[in-house]
Amino acid sequence: MLCERCHKRPATVHYTEIVNNQKKELHLCEECAREMGVSFGFPPQFPFHSLLSGLFFPAGEEVEAEREVRCPRCGLTEREFAARGLLGCPQCYSALRPAVEQVLRRVHGVARHTGKAPRRQKEVVGKLTEIERLRRELAEAVRREEYERAAELRDRIRELEKNTGGKAENGSKGNSD
Amino acid sequence: MGLRETLTNPRSRWMDGDGPEADVVVSSRVRLARNLKDFLFPHRLKPTQKEEVLHAVWVAASRPEVASRVGKLELVRLVDLTPVERQILVEKHLVSPDFIKGDLTGRGLLLREDEVVSVMINEEDHLRIQCLLPGLELEAAWKLADQVDDALELTLDYAYHQNYGYLTACPTNVGTGLRVSSMLHLPGLVLVGAIDEMITNLSKLGLAVRGLYGEGTRAAGDLFQISNQITLGRGEEEIVRHLYGIIRKLIAQERESRETLYRQREQLEDRVFRAYGILRYARAITSQEAMRLLSDLRLGVALGIIKGVPLGLVTELMVLIQPALVIKTVGKNLSPGERDVVRARLIRERLENIKGVK
Repeated sequence: MLCERCHKRPATVHYTEIVNNQKKELHLCEECAREMGVSFGFPPQFPFHSLLSGLFFPAGEEVEAEREVRCPRCGLTEREFAARGLLGCPQCYSALRPAVEQVLRRVHGVARHTGKAPRRQKEVVGKLTEIERLRRELAEAVRREEYERAAELRDRIRELEKNTGGKAENGSKGNSD
Repeated sequence: MGLRETLTNPRSRWMDGDGPEADVVVSSRVRLARNLKDFLFPHRLKPTQKEEVLHAVWVAASRPEVASRVGKLELVRLVDLTPVERQILVEKHLVSPDFIKGDLTGRGLLLREDEVVSVMINEEDHLRIQCLLPGLELEAAWKLADQVDDALELTLDYAYHQNYGYLTACPTNVGTGLRVSSMLHLPGLVLVGAIDEMITNLSKLGLAVRGLYGEGTRAAGDLFQISNQITLGRGEEEIVRHLYGIIRKLIAQERESRETLYRQREQLEDRVFRAYGILRYARAITSQEAMRLLSDLRLGVALGIIKGVPLGLVTELMVLIQPALVIKTVGKNLSPGERDVVRARLIRERLENIKGVK
């Protein structure tokens, strides 16, 4: 059985809660269980703002003000981000990258977009993302045993890979700031 | 129609009872969050800069290419509306409650005449594109929102990052910026006592459930909004399909619950006709009581227990009886007691006009 939260690692922590004769079960991997605080005996809940502050500033740890990371464009600090849960400008995503990625992984499970791109920017980034998206669809089609659809997708991926010089594997590693 | 009509007529296209699976699904909504790359996010902007954003979006939206692709969009600035009118936009689900709070400078709403397409400007993000349709129409709503997005992007430079997708003020929306939701009427699951378990299960699947208009544990009118929470790492179609699949299952469960209830037919009939009777003749009614009875009535209409009442009218009444619309209808501020009297009259008038109820 796979972890119900990350759907990647095997579930080794099995959590059962009975309230008013209603049984609730949760199957998680150790990592997710620790992150969600299941072992402390309260039902997993993650209100976004409290989660954020706990994420960067563990109790008792203080960051010196002058050493704190700050967005060069809008001046937002990690601390301000943690307090409000909002970023200040598009550039914050790069400037506060470690904090942002931590939050993204926690909220969405991943930190990589695979959907639509603005048409006028599509030429630059569209193809690589498109390949990733198609790969996911291919895996999905195989899982559902839709082999005709899978074959179509495979051909489409090959086509795109030819056009981008087969660089799709490196797509997520480039510096995209 | 037009803006004046929007602010005086409680009816909106999404309330029509003719959408797919209308017995359970009231409406479907798609929302796309977008930001302009040359501006800080709205909460960090000075009032003059917010006005610049509003202006830039309005210029992009008023181009003929946009009108020919997705229809003409009209702009209204929040500062030009009265507080009651702003509240009406909330009650008709055209804007979020947060949108009419705080400093309203630079906030505006683009609206297509039929109210299916709307764009909030300077909410949490610079643009919140929304498409709202009756019944289970997630796919159609997504396609339309996609077109509006493309049309505006012809001239607007969006904040976009190769890894993170469309950048939003809150990281919970980043990536696709897509929030897909349906409003479901689930009196069956509530009455058989299965709703809490259902809510727990849905949250395990990464979906958010919230009661509409509700206070406390029971959502007023048994209306629930179900939406995706994850916006990053999945394609738009995948997000839409995922929610669609789950809603189809929910519909089946709700219908099954209704069948269970229908086995005690007399009890259910009694409940439905009592609801109709009170709504039809009461002289004062709180919004809470009215919502409860309208829910019973909607269930009766959906099951064919009561004939002659259009489903869309019941949905419309659920909106019409909200406080701001009640005040707007009589044109002056009312005490809660006076409101209950007006509310009962509004409901009576609507139900009097339909003939052949049985």
